[in-house]
Amino acid sequence: MAMEFLKKFFSRGGSKNTAKERLQIVLIHDRADISPEMLDSLRRDMIGVITRYMDIDTSKIEMDFDREDRSVAFVANIPVIRIKRTPLPEETGGEKKDDGGKKTQSKRKTGRA
Amino acid sequence: MGKTTTTSNIAVALARGGHRVVAVDADIGLRNLDVIMGLENRVVYNFIDVLEGTCRLHQALVRDKRVENLFLLPAAQTRTKDAVNSAQMEELCAMLRKEFDFILLDSPAGIESGFRNAAVGADEAIVIATPEVSSVRDADRIIGLLESMGKTPIRLVINRLRPNLVRQGDMLEVSDVLDILAIDLLGIVPEDDSVVKASNRGEPLTFTDTSPASKAFQRIALRIAGEDVPFPKFDEDRSSGFFAALRKFFGRTE
Repeated sequence: MAMEFLKKFFSRGGSKNTAKERLQIVLIHDRADISPEMLDSLRRDMIGVITRYMDIDTSKIEMDFDREDRSVAFVANIPVIRIKRTPLPEETGGEKKDDGGKKTQSKRKTGRA
Repeated sequence: MGKTTTTSNIAVALARGGHRVVAVDADIGLRNLDVIMGLENRVVYNFIDVLEGTCRLHQALVRDKRVENLFLLPAAQTRTKDAVNSAQMEELCAMLRKEFDFILLDSPAGIESGFRNAAVGADEAIVIATPEVSSVRDADRIIGLLESMGKTPIRLVINRLRPNLVRQGDMLEVSDVLDILAIDLLGIVPEDDSVVKASNRGEPLTFTDTSPASKAFQRIALRIAGEDVPFPKFDEDRSSGFFAALRKFFGRTE
C-alpha cells in the first residue's frame, strides 16, 4: 500500500494507462462488428436452439450489440408465442415441430435426467 | 506507420546479408518505395507492364548498385489500384519466387483492394504499428483481415518507440501492445532522427550500421532470415522501485 502510494506520489501521471484502457475498450467495439453473414448464421442457429423449447415469432426477432461504456453485450429480443412442455430433440434443429417428435422427446428427457 | 521505410531497410539489410532480395512496391498510384530507396531515376517499367506483357520481368526490375542482389520492382504511378486483380498478383509472386530468396511486398495503406492484392500473394505478413492508440487500433483491424485471409505467421514491428516517453509512463510499452494485439513480435524500432535524413537522401539506414534504427532494422532482417536475435530493452520501465522514485523525484526538482 505504502509503495503504491509512493509510486503514485512520485509518478508524473503517465498518459499510457489511459491509452491502454481506451484501446482495450475501442477494440472490444471494433471486434464486435461482425459481418452480416455471421449475424445471419448466428440468427439461424439461435432460432434452431430456441424453437426446441418454445414457439417464437421469427419475423419479429431483434438482435444487436449493445455498447455500454466499458463492455459490449449481445442482446436478442425474441417474442415467445408458446413454451413447449418438453424440448424437441437436438437433431431436428428446425423451426417446425415434426409429428414423430413425441417418442424422441421422451428419450431425450430420460437422457438428460 | 512506416511500411515503406521498413520495407526498404529490411530489403537492404537482407541483401547485405547475402540473400537475393526484391522489394515490390504494391502501392499502385502512390508509389514511394523508389524514392525511399533512392532509385527513382532508374525506373523504366513497372510490374503492371510485366503483367500486361509490355515488358519482361527482368526489364522492370531495378537493380540497386550499392549492394549485390537487391532489386526494386516499382509500382505504376499513373494507374489505379483496379489495374490489377488478385490472380495477377499471385502470378507475379510466383514469377518472383523462382528468382529470389526474399520478396518484400510494400502494401498500400487502407483495407481496400490494394491491400488485399498486396497480401494475396504473400506467404507471411509483417504488420507495422507505432505505440499509439490510433495505430494499434488500425493494426488490430489489419491483423483480423490477414487472419481471415489465412496469412500466417503475422508478426509485429513496433515502430518509432520513444524510450524516454515509455520511461515516464507516457507511451504504450512493447508489452502493452503485444498484450492487446496478441501476435508475435518481430522487432522494435526506436524513434530516430536519422530516418528522416535517410529518406531525404534516398539511402536506407541499413546501408550504414551506426544509428539505433538501423541496428533495429538489421536485427529484424536477421530474425526474418531465421536467426534468433534477442530483443534489446528500449523501454525498460524504470518508473517503479524506490530508487527510480528517488531519481524521478530529484529529476523533477532540477
